[in-house]
Amino acid sequence: MPEVSMTVNGKPAKGQIEGRTLLVDFLRDTLGLTGTHVGCDTSQCGACVVHVDGRAVKACTMFAAEAEGAEVRTIEGMAEPDGTLHPIQQAFQDHHGLQCGFCTPGMVMSAAALLAENPTPSEAEIRDYLEGNICRCTGYHNIVKAILAASGQDVSRIAAE
Amino acid sequence: MPKDGGIGASTKRREDVRFLTGTGHYTDDINLRGQAHVHFLRSDVAHGRLNKVDTSAAEGMPGVLRVFTGADFADLGGLPCGWQVTDRFGQPMQEPRHPVLAHGKVRHVGDPIAAVVAETREQARDAAEAIVLDIEELPAVVDMKAALEDGAPKVHDDLTSNLCYDWGFVEENTAAVDEAFEKAAHVTTLELVNNRLVANPMEPRVALGDYNRSTGEHTLYTTSQNPHVIRLLMGAFVLGIPEHKLRVVAPDVGGGFGSKIYHYAEEAFCTFAAKALNRPVKWTSSRSEAFISDAHGRDHVTKIELALDAENNFTAIRTETYANMGAYLSTFAPSIPTWLHGTLMAGNYKTPHIYVNVKAVFTNTVPVDAYRGAGRPEATFQLERVIDKAAHELGVDPIALRRQNFITEFPYATPVAVEYDTGDYHATMDKLEEIADLKGFAARRKESEAKGKLRGLGINCYIEACGIAPSNLVGQLGARAGLYESATVRVNATGGITVMTGSHSHGQGHETSFAQVISEMIGIDADQVEIVHGDTANTPMGMGTYGSRSLAVGGSAMVRATEKIINKARKIAAHLMEAAEGDIELKDGRFSVAGTDKSVAWGDVTLAAYVPHNYPLAELEPGLEETAFYDPANFTYPAGAYAAEVEVDPETGKVTIERFAAADDFGNVVNPMIVSGQVHGGIAQGVGQALLEGCVYDEQGQLLTGSYMDYAMPRADDLPFFTVDHSCQTPCTHNPLGVKGCGEAGAIGSPPAVVNAVVDALRSGGHDITHIDMPLSPSRVWQAMQG
Repeated sequence: MPEVSMTVNGKPAKGQIEGRTLLVDFLRDTLGLTGTHVGCDTSQCGACVVHVDGRAVKACTMFAAEAEGAEVRTIEGMAEPDGTLHPIQQAFQDHHGLQCGFCTPGMVMSAAALLAENPTPSEAEIRDYLEGNICRCTGYHNIVKAILAASGQDVSRIAAE
Repeated sequence: MPKDGGIGASTKRREDVRFLTGTGHYTDDINLRGQAHVHFLRSDVAHGRLNKVDTSAAEGMPGVLRVFTGADFADLGGLPCGWQVTDRFGQPMQEPRHPVLAHGKVRHVGDPIAAVVAETREQARDAAEAIVLDIEELPAVVDMKAALEDGAPKVHDDLTSNLCYDWGFVEENTAAVDEAFEKAAHVTTLELVNNRLVANPMEPRVALGDYNRSTGEHTLYTTSQNPHVIRLLMGAFVLGIPEHKLRVVAPDVGGGFGSKIYHYAEEAFCTFAAKALNRPVKWTSSRSEAFISDAHGRDHVTKIELALDAENNFTAIRTETYANMGAYLSTFAPSIPTWLHGTLMAGNYKTPHIYVNVKAVFTNTVPVDAYRGAGRPEATFQLERVIDKAAHELGVDPIALRRQNFITEFPYATPVAVEYDTGDYHATMDKLEEIADLKGFAARRKESEAKGKLRGLGINCYIEACGIAPSNLVGQLGARAGLYESATVRVNATGGITVMTGSHSHGQGHETSFAQVISEMIGIDADQVEIVHGDTANTPMGMGTYGSRSLAVGGSAMVRATEKIINKARKIAAHLMEAAEGDIELKDGRFSVAGTDKSVAWGDVTLAAYVPHNYPLAELEPGLEETAFYDPANFTYPAGAYAAEVEVDPETGKVTIERFAAADDFGNVVNPMIVSGQVHGGIAQGVGQALLEGCVYDEQGQLLTGSYMDYAMPRADDLPFFTVDHSCQTPCTHNPLGVKGCGEAGAIGSPPAVVNAVVDALRSGGHDITHIDMPLSPSRVWQAMQG
């Protein structure tokens, strides 16, 4: 079996894979990074979004072999080493942007990619960007609100908690 | 007030940190040493005779441990149904066997035929492709009315027909209802479809069976809303494993919405195979499998008639509904179109005579069971649509017509067997008019029209029966289980508290809100309280989470157990302070003697309970741990009023939700932030049903909407911000927290609001339209506009 090596959350990582092994399976099964989730098999739901060389990627739609030599960042690499949450993670907690938590890793990774591209997105831009991330619990209300808040925008006028 | 907030505080959720950092512990994150993987070969035809399942080639494939077929389960029990409905002639429903693996026949696309267990998931999947099937395809029945015609192909050869039951409720009401219709000044009739949905929690189902040969103990890790129910059903009825040798663990579960209540074949298989192979056996559903193996929801076809007198008072309701059961009876399927639907047909209105008829039908489709709301959305949708239609026919304001018929005196006994304890429907409607800014609608409509768009306003009310359920009542109605809830409150020596609850959290935030309740009761910080759930090994027998029951029933059990704790702690405190028990007061975590400055801290009392050196051992056991089971006296009746404002593009038929407001009465509220979040999510699912979602089968029983490419899940850009309010509070009169439940309201109240709004929009554009069936896709709306 071929071996793949990459940098994951700043640390070197390698493992034996089959040619057909998906990046998400390598992360979950080989590296034990189970924060990245699999919610569908058609690249629709976005629960598996990670960053590869700084770009948001659906890890279910990329072979592990394609990430050879890449810098990969997963949800486990977002908080500070002392446990302090990333500002986007903190905003999700502050604004109740998650319920069951299953889509949350992908949402946070997508939100981080959005804010890197567009530091103060409008509500419409956020909703449009999240087209590839499905949440069944929140109705997106508090996810959109949390991302607005994480970008430093005033959310006090948005209705309800 | 404790520093982290007791009852009424929007405390941030403690469970969020693990979910936000990728350290949640979902079932698929569990991997056991020596674990094997199973892949299920599923039927790709809807109906067929299984002549031969040739597994010989598959058995020789790399990594394959064993291939199981229906024959391996022929001597075991089938998947049980937890509710027996009695039909209008006094006969029990027809109840077919539901085998773990199909045997003799396949009855829907997705019916599991064989199970390949191999060293890896990929090897199992590869080997399944080498199984050779000889299936004689039979004509499928998909349409419910066609399924009931003479000569229709039978889903189950050993049943007399495809009719599961023909239920009448209340049968004795028929004469009075018919008389009311004869005397009516006006009758409005509407035929409608409540579209079939797929629950689609984001976490697909997973089952991992383990067996310890030296102790004979089975463990099943599973994505369940109710691990004790799975233990009971699977242990007692399918595999014959006594409960003390069967542990069921439902760790972090990624959403359920009803679809993870039921006992599924894959759970029984993994438990069985783990013993047969002496290896842990794991199954992880793909989303494509979920579409053809998770129980679906809704799927009713209804004709409703509303009779009114000359003053526009509702005088009678008569309905006839066809309810799709799918190919087998899922765990609670028979109860949904009956006891969770017929009993809600009074809605918020004082209609004196009601008769509900439901024909439940077997078809060659995936089994149908409860999905968020479960029966109550179906009742609300037909009632609120027919009221809107009546208002239009009579030329009266739809809000005024509703207000005129509101129930205003409580308790109120409906003609469909339930008694509403409290409510104030004018208050929620008043609140809705305010938060939805209904006065501003006319101006907003003008703005839309100036852009070439049609704007509509849809209003509706809902009531639901939650806090499921009084055991003695549901037992009379056919339930084969009790519906109490349990809690053990364990006070540790140094004062911290561990609560083991039979409720299960899969997104609802119990770990936070349940702790708030204890914090409020004892006056200690919520971070001194830990909530444990989801493991039959360490929680008392509980019935789990569905039917908006967790706080109303499970929370009540926790309150009762905590009351026992406080009573005992008071005795200990009295002893420590050498005072009379009746003089002891508990406030802010300290026991004091009334009228004196003597007091002891909570921690002093708890330590005394476990280090009983100075302790009334003759009268009182040491330790501080209590269990309570709470069986509710009645259902709870959350209610509210919703408003949707839509724009319709007359060029394309596309509908957009411009504004959405919800005014709910949930009784008392423990954590307003969590409650609002529950309503948001419910509204999104209701809007999804109204505009986007719909399960489509072709005539051969092929599921055409079998993935997220075809089944339209609501996405962020399909929805606006919502305006929700739960300040109207008429507390429940019969549970100690005065709470009613909030989990399903959004999904119940929103579909009729959206459809009413679209019909209103189209009428404003001169289109004489009375109804469009959900989902209101652009093509359906556009076609309706073409007449």
